Amino acid sequence: MTSVLPAGGVAEQPTDRTAVRLSGVSKVYGRGPAAVHALDNVSLDVAPGEFVCLVGASGCGKSTLLSLVADLDRPTAGTIEVAGGARPGLMFQEPALFPWLTVAGNVGLPMRLRKVSRAERAERVAELLRTVHLDEFGRRRPHQLSGGMRQRVAMARTLALDTPVLLMDEPFGALDAMTRDILHDEIERIWQQRGLTVLFVTHNVREAARLGDRIVLLSSRPGRVVADWRVDVPRPRRIDSPEIAAIAAQVTDRLREEVRRHGS
Amino acid sequence: MAVDTGRAVEVGADRTIAGLDALDLAATASGESRLAKVWASAWPKLLALAFVLGVWQVVYWSGWREPWVLPAPQEVFADLARAVTTADFWRAIATTLRRGLVGFVLAAAIGLVLGVAVARVRPLRAALGSAITALQTMPSIAWFPLAILLFQISENAILFVVVLGAAPSIANGVISGVDYVPPLLLRAGRNFGARGLSLYRYVVAPASLPAIVSGLKQGWAFAWRSLLAGELLVIIAQRPALGVRLQGLREQNDAAGVISTMIVIFVIGVLADAVFSSADRRLRRAWGLDQA
Repeated sequence: MTSVLPAGGVAEQPTDRTAVRLSGVSKVYGRGPAAVHALDNVSLDVAPGEFVCLVGASGCGKSTLLSLVADLDRPTAGTIEVAGGARPGLMFQEPALFPWLTVAGNVGLPMRLRKVSRAERAERVAELLRTVHLDEFGRRRPHQLSGGMRQRVAMARTLALDTPVLLMDEPFGALDAMTRDILHDEIERIWQQRGLTVLFVTHNVREAARLGDRIVLLSSRPGRVVADWRVDVPRPRRIDSPEIAAIAAQVTDRLREEVRRHGS
Repeated sequence: MAVDTGRAVEVGADRTIAGLDALDLAATASGESRLAKVWASAWPKLLALAFVLGVWQVVYWSGWREPWVLPAPQEVFADLARAVTTADFWRAIATTLRRGLVGFVLAAAIGLVLGVAVARVRPLRAALGSAITALQTMPSIAWFPLAILLFQISENAILFVVVLGAAPSIANGVISGVDYVPPLLLRAGRNFGARGLSLYRYVVAPASLPAIVSGLKQGWAFAWRSLLAGELLVIIAQRPALGVRLQGLREQNDAAGVISTMIVIFVIGVLADAVFSSADRRLRRAWGLDQA
């Protein structure tokens, strides 16, 4: 059954079981009057195995937040903890595959950097390619694949990091609807099979309702957590189901309210 | 029952994915034969060659210059056929090629080190970045008087100018390669744990390869030009080289010999260019850069 609980504001029950915890995180770019406050005092707890979708209008610092969690950038204030100190895997809107490597070479690179032996690497690469249904394409070059296939290679490559936490920055934003639907099923299956924790950024509210256990809404400039919904629709879900549409409508209304705040 | 349905759904999903992939890839097949491709790229060049020879022949027939100043094409080719049977001809080619290769390899080494240093170290970039580009605009022949004062009439004088001519282009290729590595690839590499040297080895170096290859290609062109200019000026006794040969034949008023030597120089240039172009093309094809 559908039950949407608007938690509103920040989740205030710290538990021992958190995979990712952001406490009072702020990020300011530049200094003085030209400074841009990308994130302002963001606190967020993500439970292990939880699929959390971050939505917000443009300029809400969603991508900045992921960069901070991925340790590619440092927060101006606040702390970010990732359980076990694991390095989260990051996926972008672009597949960001290395054109000089084959598909298998791309998937194997994170393991090569961890000095995994060649034999073990070959085995793991084959397994990961099977996971994303690309077992026959290991010897191809990225440019010989379609956009959806490339994004699946990127997914396999991120899984090769062997990390329990996956950060996804609008990973399906550049794909057609059909391909996107299928990749929703894929990411859901992989997430469930591997017990991953996912932080998924999107501007597509329906996508968030289709995938998330939770939907977190960020305001824009500065980015703050303004709402936090739990999505209790049983899986498997369909993006075109009435339950998902109802939740999406509710999130969209709140999002529009946020956007209007900037117009006045 | 419920399990069965689940499996059926999964198999269905597999098929959907396989079907979608097949549809996506169907458009990328290419059926052109190798021979057709070779011919397609060869005939315009052959046509251009025939045109040049035709114009030359017509000018010869017109009597614009005396035949001993501007010989007919067949006379030049007869001279070339005679020359290839002499040891001096091959020694000249060997000397010039050796000088070119040594100079180019040295310039490549210096250019790579200089390029990486300037790309990485900010103060070095401020100090040398524009100096390298400025050096490129200096005609290499203008360096020779100084080179001769520094090194006398010697191999080193030629080497000095060849390296000076080629290294800046190669360094610039490296700098622009490093500068234009897509930031997204750097972020991806860093996310996989590549830092410092390993980031250079696994991401920056391969990503800059196309720019480095085009820098090397340009560097070779500068090296070759500087070298031939040098061989006209720095003539070492008892050491035949293509530039020396050119100068000697002019002094003997042997126009056919001059032109046939020029043809040799031209052909070497074209062959070297073909080597670099094919490396460049192979790289671009492997990376999917020529599909646009």
